[in-house]
Amino acid sequence: MSQDASNAAGRGSRLARADGSLGARGLLSVMIERGIEFGLLLAALASVAVTLGIVFVLVRESAPFFAHVSLGEFLFGTEWTPLFSDPKYGIGPLLSGTFVTTTIALCVAMPAGTIVAIWLSEYAPHRIREMVKPVLELISAVPTVVFGYFALTVVTPMLQSVLARINVDLPTFNMLGPGIVMGIMIVPYVSSLSEDAMRAVPMLLREGSYALGAGRLTTALRVVFPAALSGIGAAYTLAMSRAVGETMIVAIAAGQKPTLTANPLESAATVTAYIVQVAGGDVPHGSIGYQSIFAAGLALFVVTLGFNLVGAALRRRFRQAY
Amino acid sequence: MVIGSPALMHAQPRDASADHRHGPDAPDAAMPAQASIKAQVKDFSFYYGQFQAVKNVSMTIREHKVTALIGPSGCGKTTLLRCFNRMHDLYPNTRYAGEIRLLPDGFNIVDRRVNPIEMRMRISMVFQKPNPFPKSIFENVAYGLRLRGVSSRSELAGRVEHALRGAALWEEVKDRLKKPGFDLSGGQQQRLCIARALAVDPEMILFDEPTSALDPIATAKIEELVHELKGRVTILIVTHNMQQAARVSDETAFMYLGELIEMDRTSKIFQNPSKQLTEQYITGHFG
Repeated sequence: MSQDASNAAGRGSRLARADGSLGARGLLSVMIERGIEFGLLLAALASVAVTLGIVFVLVRESAPFFAHVSLGEFLFGTEWTPLFSDPKYGIGPLLSGTFVTTTIALCVAMPAGTIVAIWLSEYAPHRIREMVKPVLELISAVPTVVFGYFALTVVTPMLQSVLARINVDLPTFNMLGPGIVMGIMIVPYVSSLSEDAMRAVPMLLREGSYALGAGRLTTALRVVFPAALSGIGAAYTLAMSRAVGETMIVAIAAGQKPTLTANPLESAATVTAYIVQVAGGDVPHGSIGYQSIFAAGLALFVVTLGFNLVGAALRRRFRQAY
Repeated sequence: MVIGSPALMHAQPRDASADHRHGPDAPDAAMPAQASIKAQVKDFSFYYGQFQAVKNVSMTIREHKVTALIGPSGCGKTTLLRCFNRMHDLYPNTRYAGEIRLLPDGFNIVDRRVNPIEMRMRISMVFQKPNPFPKSIFENVAYGLRLRGVSSRSELAGRVEHALRGAALWEEVKDRLKKPGFDLSGGQQQRLCIARALAVDPEMILFDEPTSALDPIATAKIEELVHELKGRVTILIVTHNMQQAARVSDETAFMYLGELIEMDRTSKIFQNPSKQLTEQYITGHFG
């Protein structure tokens, strides 16, 4: 705008007229600029508002629950049976289900996703990388209900026949199958973000490593990977959040029986599976059984928030300024 | 950059072994007529795709001397330097033609049949910008040693210390070897990279405008270091700073548009060049 004005000033005889109309245009562009800034601010605030709204609803709706159930019972009880005639309200069994399935999923997704990312970033020729990435990302476009039945009708039977050889009995509903399928589902999250992080590592670092006589694998593992660690950590954190929040796969294939166990061969319910079970059932609104899903949701929220904070702290700790 | 590193402001405590090495070094008169030859470049060309970036260059790199490559931007000096350790192999559509033979064994660096890893084991490189690895100071220097199979802790410790002393960095970092290399100032980082290059006992070190990202004090230190290193190791240095070439090198090669215009003793190039183009360049008429 100021450039326009100075151009106009240089035009001599047409200065007055041009100056007037430019002033109006200048005013307009300032207003547009303000309008855009305000719009951007609104957009940014919207996501904050939604998050706060969620927290507010969770707290308000779980208040009646905590008026009825003590925090001690909620945190330290070993049974979760809010819908039984003799209700027990210990969140432990639901959290254990979430932890076990998430751990299995991460055990699959972190190594597999990292290996895929290293291959894509350090080995794959440009053309192949551009073909493989979208295909991989298609995996996350598959509806999770499909993955749920995949776990129930394909993976679990396969695991059963394998485990039967070493005389281990795997029930139809178990945490291992859905955990593995969940892991497969989040591989693209890990690989895509990790690959972006590794490709952002300056070529100069790789050259430094090659110049000392390192090969590709050494360079990838000992220079590129540590340099990209903060981005890779972000990928792991996101993958974990995704696994913790995953609902359909575990609701379908893990059984819906809350069990306090760390044994992946047992059936169990996760926090999210319980929520969807109650929300979709015929539990009367306003009952303690119904309010319990908000308490469970709140617990999940606190746990996820905690992990995200730890992840963020770790990322800051390992951030490298190359 | 100097902030947080008071040692930079003082005269550098240097280990005794480094001192006697250059002594009263009358730069060019000291050059023997028959200095042995470290590398022989013959009819060498390099291509990016169809573009010939280095054109039929032939030159002789003398052992334990500093050879400077100068010339205006885009003249191919850095491209030529990077052929000496085949850095171009990392990028597609690049091609070498001709020979760069490393003596005394005479093996041709740019022959595609030569394994670049094997060849890079003998030639180190220091880059335009300091590029320490995301590792501790110690592990940065130990990196090349570990690649060469050195794993004994005491041997690593000894050789890392020796390299850091060689790069005039030991006194500044000896109490914080476990700290990340990134924590150092820019000049210290570059000396860390020199230590990393020295640790593996290379036959030749390639310097690619090693001071272009540094302040004058850090630059002076690096130049002093280059001066100390010759006599032990053959140095090839690219610089766009003619004073730097004049200060640190024994021989200077002037390149223009991919061709080697003239190569001679540094004093000859700067005082009495035989080509008009060289004279125009060193007197600042272009570039």
